Amino acid sequence: MANVTNNRPLSPHLQIYKFIPTMAMSIVHRITGGALYVGTLLVAAWLIAAASGEEHFNRVNWLFGSIVGKLVLFGYTWAIIHHLFGGLRHIMWDLGYGFEKELSTKLAKANLVLSIALTIIVWAIVLVIR
Amino acid sequence: MDMRTPLGKVRGLGSAKSGTEHFWRVRTTSVALVPLMLFYIVFLVLYAGRPYADVVSALANPFVATINALTIIASVIHMRLGMEEIIQDYIHSEIMKIVLMILNASFSIAIGGLCLVAALKIAFAG
Repeated sequence: MANVTNNRPLSPHLQIYKFIPTMAMSIVHRITGGALYVGTLLVAAWLIAAASGEEHFNRVNWLFGSIVGKLVLFGYTWAIIHHLFGGLRHIMWDLGYGFEKELSTKLAKANLVLSIALTIIVWAIVLVIR
Repeated sequence: MDMRTPLGKVRGLGSAKSGTEHFWRVRTTSVALVPLMLFYIVFLVLYAGRPYADVVSALANPFVATINALTIIASVIHMRLGMEEIIQDYIHSEIMKIVLMILNASFSIAIGGLCLVAALKIAFAG
């Protein structure tokens, strides 16, 4: 039998629509979620090493003190903050607010700007008191 | 005409037999993670790369240890559920879906178990 599903019309998706901020932040929310899933390994390695004694800890900890480690950690903290703000937008929508076109677009842009700003602020404050 | 039994209607669990459980767990853990993660981020940035004695004594503080343990528990539940959603969205082969669901659950539980034991060991034994 011929494959009848092949000729069925497709409903318009991804390529058809103009890419807008809410779509961009939607997929970034999922990507940051996936990245944090993998990033858990970093925190786990650090915690388990700390529980395993000084020798093991030093073998892992130099990485967190290095420039590369710091950059990864910076990206990791940004991913957490971006995902956190994205989650707050989701809870707002779950409660039935914020569906207006202009507002949701504004909040999507704010999500990106505020996540970067807060990440930099946290790092700046911590580096000053440290 | 409604073909559902009165009991089914009252239970409200639908065809997946779990109702809004998945959705609700994602939201409740996410709300819990807002304050926990804000603390955790600052702690991580503050202590990553610092010497062993500093890190262990900070993690052994009862307040930090509690937040550490609670964050681990809420995180692994949240990340397992989130990855389930991604798998269900993108994987269409039934066998692949089951395999990935089991791998996802195993990974999350293993990471959660390891981190929790590490956190408690530091808290109780240093």
